Amino acid sequence: MLLLIQYTLIFASVLVLVALGGCFSEHSGVVNIGLEGIMVIGALGGALMMKYVPAGLAAPVVILLVILSSVLIGMLFSLLLGVAAIRFKADQTLVGTALNLLGPAAAVVLVRAINTAESVDNVSSTVAYGTAKKAFIVNIGRFEFNWFMVIALLLLAVSYIVLYKTRFGLRLCACGEHPQAADSVGINVYKMRYAGVLISGALGGLGGLVYITAGVSEWKFENGVAGFGFLALAVMIFGQWRPVNIGLAALLFGLFRALSNVYTGFDALVALKLPSTIYNMLPYIISLIVLVFVSGKSRAPKAEGIPYDKGQR
Amino acid sequence: MHKNSGKKENILRNSAFQTIIASLLCIVLGLFVGYIVLLIINPAGAGEAIVAIMKNFLYYPSAAAATKYLGTTLVKASALLMCSLSVLFAYKVGLFNIGAAGQYVVGVGACLYFALRFNMPWYVCLIAAIVTAALVGGISGALKAYFNVNEVISCIMLNWIGLYSVNMLLSQVKEQSTPYTKALASANKSALLPNLGLDQIFSKNEFVPLGLPLAVVMALAVWVLLEKTKFGYELKATGMNKQAAKYCGMREKRNIILTMMIAGGLAGFGAGIFYLTGIEQWMVQQTAVPAMGFNGIAAAFLGGLNPIGTVFSSYFIQHITSGGTYVDKTMYCTQISDLISAFIIYLCGFVLFFRLWLNRFLDKRDEKSGRNGQKGGKA
Repeated sequence: MLLLIQYTLIFASVLVLVALGGCFSEHSGVVNIGLEGIMVIGALGGALMMKYVPAGLAAPVVILLVILSSVLIGMLFSLLLGVAAIRFKADQTLVGTALNLLGPAAAVVLVRAINTAESVDNVSSTVAYGTAKKAFIVNIGRFEFNWFMVIALLLLAVSYIVLYKTRFGLRLCACGEHPQAADSVGINVYKMRYAGVLISGALGGLGGLVYITAGVSEWKFENGVAGFGFLALAVMIFGQWRPVNIGLAALLFGLFRALSNVYTGFDALVALKLPSTIYNMLPYIISLIVLVFVSGKSRAPKAEGIPYDKGQR
Repeated sequence: MHKNSGKKENILRNSAFQTIIASLLCIVLGLFVGYIVLLIINPAGAGEAIVAIMKNFLYYPSAAAATKYLGTTLVKASALLMCSLSVLFAYKVGLFNIGAAGQYVVGVGACLYFALRFNMPWYVCLIAAIVTAALVGGISGALKAYFNVNEVISCIMLNWIGLYSVNMLLSQVKEQSTPYTKALASANKSALLPNLGLDQIFSKNEFVPLGLPLAVVMALAVWVLLEKTKFGYELKATGMNKQAAKYCGMREKRNIILTMMIAGGLAGFGAGIFYLTGIEQWMVQQTAVPAMGFNGIAAAFLGGLNPIGTVFSSYFIQHITSGGTYVDKTMYCTQISDLISAFIIYLCGFVLFFRLWLNRFLDKRDEKSGRNGQKGGKA
């Protein structure tokens, strides 16, 4: 049971972070389908930092460095979407998809290059980061407490405040609802959209980092993040683009994802004798069902997905 | 005025010509970026590696071996062509079928299961693949039409659901000792696609079958359907404006579902003509959706969203993907090709802007030469 809670919380943290990223981007008017790719690249940034960070550093410094590198690399990668979608008015779905393919491919090429440079026989795409990862974990009894859970909760609160209580957040939302109106009162729509995309890059990168540190001490980048970027988008839609609802939705999805890891620990579930594949499929099936019920009365930002053109009415 | 402007301008304004130029630019830039990445990894062999990727089967010095591997590349390219047609067809109707990958997987599952479990002949297996994949596509379509579920997200979810289900299903027909499905050649010969003597052309590459010409015929069929029929016109109209289409008396919900079913069927057809050659066996412990469907997106956009264009772009994407296996593996990895094709998709996002820019540039030039012409007339 404890294990289930632990996994639920850590998966929920991943989903919350990434879904909030998507939320910021979409509120600014840019659909970010590329979150999956951003997660992989952010995870790569964090993993490499964990690998190369000197062993003697104090835990808080390690945490800060690793998080910073994930966030920065995620932001940098999201700029690819930003520039294409905002400056060059590209099809956002297409560019997002390209990011999703680009992320894992670039990560595998890079990691393999690093591994091969270390020893010619090493053709794996794995980064090991066992020692540095310990900085993130505090054991409370048998419960493996992870600092990321706190960070996710904090960022959820911050997102709520930023989106609804600050001038920046309200302006951001205006750009996603009616950019022409926002522009007419002197808001720079392009800048706001860049801000939205960059925030989503930062949160997506961080989410990727949390994903690869959840449970494992090394990561094979060929596996990517197994559709978590898209699950996060489902969480965002289920949460109706509102931070608090996103938090609750993430808990629900996290629970189903965690079940596939730990269902063997429950006698009632083992007694059902379902093949383990069913549990692997569960999060995706649930999200489809959930989407059926919530997509009808969608509260999506009105202008999302439409490139902003100053000359248009 | 316009009659006077030179031939060169006319051709630059031609939209087909612009598309070809844009696609070629994407390819050149994509390869260039690939080259830069190779240079960064290891400057010593970068030139050789990028040449290896572009040469693909020409890597083999003997002509017989080269034609044989040309055959293999063509077989893979024909499956890729079907996936890209699937993406293209949906995109023309305003839907982004990122689920081609999952529909392809489901098609693989259906055709191999019918072949290995029920010992069905090839045409039954092929039809099974098409029908099942069409149904999966139809689910996304129905969800979009009736519940307004974003088709990109539902497709992705179905990709994963499809992958896990197919793994589960095909575990029943796998070899005892390996995670691969039984070989068609030994388990059920009748399920192999007939090769109509095509194997002779490609140095007895027995994997080159009927699927190759069929795929090209399908590309033509998609073009005819979209451009020359009332049904295709209705579909495109629905894609452009759902409300207007409904107002004109088209059944927009039915059209959306049918589009996704046809798109799914095309991807399933691709799965059939690839796996029923026996060239590859399915690995039932696969944890990632095969790249075929995603490369299909690259091919569709690189081909300028034209069915005939995709014939060439599919071949090109497959050519460099296969070429990636010939790079020096002590320095680089085969995924460098995936990186290049991913980057090409990214660049395709700029095509629209490129055409806008080109037209604006031409307008300016016309204006200038027009002014000069007037001056000349006065003097």
